[in-house]
Amino acid sequence: MATLLRVTSPHAHGPVSTPKVMQKVLLATVPGIIVLTHFFGFGTLVNLVWACIVALACEALALWLRRRPIGFYLRDYSALVTATLLAIALPPYAPWWLIAVGVACAILLAKHIYGGLGYNPFNPAMAGYVILLISFPLQMTAWAPPRGLGQLPSLVEALQACFWPAGFDGITMATPLDLMKQNNSLLVADLYAQTPQFGRWAGLGWEWANLAFLAGGIWLLYQRVFSWHAPLAMLASLSLLAAIFYDGGSSASGGSPLFHLLSGATMFGAFFIVTDPVTSAVSVRGRLIYGAMVGVLVYTIRVRGNYPDAVAFAVLVMNFAAPFIDNYTQPRTYGHQPGKGGG
Amino acid sequence: MRKIFDFHGGIHPPENKHQSLQRPIRDAGIPPRLVLPLSQHIGAPASPVVAVGERVLKGQLIAEALGFVSVPVHAPTSGTIVAIEDRLVAHPSGLLAPCIVIATDGLDEWTSLVAPPDYRDMTTRELLARIRDAGIAGMGGAGFPTAVKLTTKPGSAVATLIINGTECEPYITADDILMRECPDRIVEGVNILRQLLQPGEILIGVEDNKPEAIAALRAAATGSAIEVVSFPTKYPSGGEKQLIELLTGEQVPSGGLPLDVGVICQNIGSVVAIADAVVRGQPLISRITTVTGEAVAEPGNFSVLLGTPMNYLLAQAGYQPGRNRRLVMGGPMMGFTVPDASVPIVKTTNCLLAPSEAELPVPPPAQACIRCGMCAQACPASLLPQQLFWFAQAREFDKLEQHNLFDCIECGACSWACPSNIPLVQYYRASKAEILQLRREHAKAEQSRMRFEARQARIAQEEAAREAKRAARKLAAEQRAQTAAAGGEGVEDPIQAAIDRAKAKKAAQQVVATRATTETGERDKLEKAVVTTRARLDTASSKLEQARAEGSDLVDALQLGVDKTRAKLEAAELALQAFVDAGQTAPQQAVPTDAASVAIARAVAARAADAALDPVEKARAQLAGLEQRLAKTRARLAASRSKGEEEKIIGILVSTEAALEEKVSAARAQLNGKGDT
Amino acid sequence: MAALLALVGLGAVFGAVLGFAAVRFRTEGNPIAEQINDILPQTQCGQCGYPGCRPYAEAIASGDAAINKCPPGGEAGIQALAALLDVEAIPLDEEHGEEKVKAVAYIREAECIGCTKCIQACPVDAILGAAKQMHTVIASECTGCDLCLEPCPVDCIDMISEPQSVQNWHWPLPDTASRQPQIIATDAGQTQDRAA
Repeated sequence: MATLLRVTSPHAHGPVSTPKVMQKVLLATVPGIIVLTHFFGFGTLVNLVWACIVALACEALALWLRRRPIGFYLRDYSALVTATLLAIALPPYAPWWLIAVGVACAILLAKHIYGGLGYNPFNPAMAGYVILLISFPLQMTAWAPPRGLGQLPSLVEALQACFWPAGFDGITMATPLDLMKQNNSLLVADLYAQTPQFGRWAGLGWEWANLAFLAGGIWLLYQRVFSWHAPLAMLASLSLLAAIFYDGGSSASGGSPLFHLLSGATMFGAFFIVTDPVTSAVSVRGRLIYGAMVGVLVYTIRVRGNYPDAVAFAVLVMNFAAPFIDNYTQPRTYGHQPGKGGG
Repeated sequence: MRKIFDFHGGIHPPENKHQSLQRPIRDAGIPPRLVLPLSQHIGAPASPVVAVGERVLKGQLIAEALGFVSVPVHAPTSGTIVAIEDRLVAHPSGLLAPCIVIATDGLDEWTSLVAPPDYRDMTTRELLARIRDAGIAGMGGAGFPTAVKLTTKPGSAVATLIINGTECEPYITADDILMRECPDRIVEGVNILRQLLQPGEILIGVEDNKPEAIAALRAAATGSAIEVVSFPTKYPSGGEKQLIELLTGEQVPSGGLPLDVGVICQNIGSVVAIADAVVRGQPLISRITTVTGEAVAEPGNFSVLLGTPMNYLLAQAGYQPGRNRRLVMGGPMMGFTVPDASVPIVKTTNCLLAPSEAELPVPPPAQACIRCGMCAQACPASLLPQQLFWFAQAREFDKLEQHNLFDCIECGACSWACPSNIPLVQYYRASKAEILQLRREHAKAEQSRMRFEARQARIAQEEAAREAKRAARKLAAEQRAQTAAAGGEGVEDPIQAAIDRAKAKKAAQQVVATRATTETGERDKLEKAVVTTRARLDTASSKLEQARAEGSDLVDALQLGVDKTRAKLEAAELALQAFVDAGQTAPQQAVPTDAASVAIARAVAARAADAALDPVEKARAQLAGLEQRLAKTRARLAASRSKGEEEKIIGILVSTEAALEEKVSAARAQLNGKGDT
Repeated sequence: MAALLALVGLGAVFGAVLGFAAVRFRTEGNPIAEQINDILPQTQCGQCGYPGCRPYAEAIASGDAAINKCPPGGEAGIQALAALLDVEAIPLDEEHGEEKVKAVAYIREAECIGCTKCIQACPVDAILGAAKQMHTVIASECTGCDLCLEPCPVDCIDMISEPQSVQNWHWPLPDTASRQPQIIATDAGQTQDRAA
């Protein structure tokens, strides 16, 4: 008889695997990407493709430098997820070097410097985004006007914008979040009525992109890729703060809860960034606290801060706090503190 | 309807139980050779009581229990002992362990079984002794001696007796089929346990994926106090702690026993074995084992003699070795791989799983942990497996203990759920073993340190004692010389007297100087006092002499001074003598011989007194003594705890308490045994 | 001038507070030699060149000895000492011997002539016997220091290591070599830092 294997229990294994989880996350971004492309043109798609190419190259380079099996780790799809998330966050029609720098920072600095997947303290996509935002604020805030407010560039123009930015003469426009922040003379209702960038509930186009990411997120929840705690806590705390400070829509108002839920990167952040397991808190209670704090920071930075959107900063700040939260939210182990059933 | 609680976590792996439930229990028959490991249970291995070449009968005792936490081994059929040697056993290590090998003769001839009395007339002691003598160890997989588990402390009432018919592991159906086919024997066994434990309620817990078993048990239990409780299927609801939480809502305290919450759990197989032992007088010599997996053509349950080689049993089920790359004893979640198919079936073999490669594929390489938290969601002990994994990888043992590694029940739910295929359980097992090893080593180092220091102290004392003796001899010699000189010469010549004084002083100083460094300053001081006082007395005396000779009027005053000084000198000498005496008696090892002989004499006397007592009395006295010590230890422990003393001290006390408890229960069992005869 | 006074005053106040705290909250911690001694394996073998573990501990505490002279403590011991003293862990000094499997002394009793030399050599009194009587080792007390081997005139003492059995076997940590991707373990340092 052939020698019998000697392996440790358990011998059976569940159906879930890390590459499958990553694939599902990628799949869940599709509705959002479609909506973004519909409203802002091919820029997002060009961003996406170029970011993925750079990400795979950087990942391979890092693995080669660290003498790790390249094929094995490329197949975990984590680099593609990082690239996709970053590409979605970047403004469409960004120049190629901007995307390349962002992706390289995300993969090399935010991830592999710390030891690769699982060891990175900061969300790589958000770290890359923030590095770009601080270094190249001009390019990073140049958002194209959505469909209906201007001519959308063609695919050729989109490619030109990316790879030969000097020859591309795009139009940019303030985002609804900027307008809301800068507004100090109009009632919110008037602002909506007088400014073409606003749609039915929030920014034109933005509201639909947010709803699309929400749909993707709900599908991921249904697939049990992550638990509901962190995203729900973030959305809840964000809405709560917005509701408290809405004051009926005066000119000093920060915008309605609905506006905040459907503006900027709210849904994208709640379901694709805050749920990143590596950099968030671990326990159920920890994830509630983590999500809620992200929501608080998002609102605060949006209304009081200087940057157009706040999700990236809020997430990075909370990444710092995650180990600390973990330390104080250890679940009660079975058999400890007797007398309190359940668990 | 009883309220069913829930426990945290758990998983729902494919059950795969129907394959082995297609056929009724089959008899595996008698193999040509039986290999019986001496250690088929947790605790001290049994000790053989037969010799090679001896013929043994079915049910005959072939190895007796060694110590309290141990169980005996019986011959499963008649035959001849052909070897008592180390053989490969069912253990993940693939190491050898001592076994008794029987060449069977096929006659299956029973030893004369003593017809047992009705169990309703038996005392607790007698019942426990019978269960223990039948060699019953927990048959659910762990193999803890059943009699030990059923031994309750006096005064601790059993509120709930739980019979564990959960069998939550996939593939295994040994308990299921037993419940379906022999519900009466189970009820019989439960009634014996009721007699033994007097529990407040009796529950048989069965997962709701075994409707036939539940129906059979309910039918058999009608009219009795037994309640058959079914609850939703979830792994690992059959874990003792999880089952207790499911049925009672209580959690067994960490590091404690189920009895701490008034519960005792017994496995279905053990209950049947108890019924066989107590009602029919049969020792545990066979068990029901599930043989399943895609590498066997006819999976099913077998009644198999203990010691049957696995390949013999597998052959009965149509084993296809070519399709099988790993052979698992137990289920796919907690079972372990056996090194070879020739290893014997033991008391804890509830399942033999021979999966095909497609069925249970070789684990792929582990990927990075992405801290997804699926393990934490699955963990029935509410641990944070991913954190434990980090710490185990980094060998941070303090952190591991802080995160309650030792509350892990190694159920494998975390590894099952892990999307990155990390062998988490193996990390925990290895870390636990390493921590225990370190604890043992540290305890040993502590003991070595104490012994070393005691030895150093003893050597130093011996050295000091020798030195002191030498010094005392020298001092005595000096004194003799001085008194001789003083007596011979008189005090006529003041110059001579002065020279003498100087000499005496010098000698005294020399004595002081040569005094061993180990001597304390106290002694030096005393000696100096003696010497200086004597010198002063000398001066005063000579002055007095002079005054008398001159007829001075100061004579009276001088006389007074001389008297006073003399008194002082006497006092000083006395003090010195007392000190020297004390120094010689206390630290010196001259007395210890006396102390030792006294102790020996006392021991001899005690022995004689013991011999005078009859054995039962003796055991009782011993028990009383032990209990007294235990009470003292407990009091001390409570005091330490309330005072918040060091971990280490409390730890030592706790272990002392545990050791004493074991001794007490051993003594009690012994006493019970003596009481029987 | 006022600023100067204020600063001096502050200095005085803080100094007083700190001084008070130092006296009031002084920890009765083990002296460092005691803590070092706690880490040492207490074999009392003298391989470090000191007559026992405590003298070596004191030598380390006073800075006279390096932390890598204890073969029985091995790598783990050096790591623990390095952590305690907050110094770089250095490899074991080969001059003092190499890390060996733990063993206990065993006297071949038929050959023992009862000279008591080993009894005198044993640092932990783990050998029983008297002059012209056979000696034996109390296995549970033996530290495996080898000190009894040399004085024995008839070489009747063996060092026996405990054989591996099903009782003392345990699962090793997962084999990182065969599961190649597990080699990430070499990066564990970063996780530690983060977790800390």
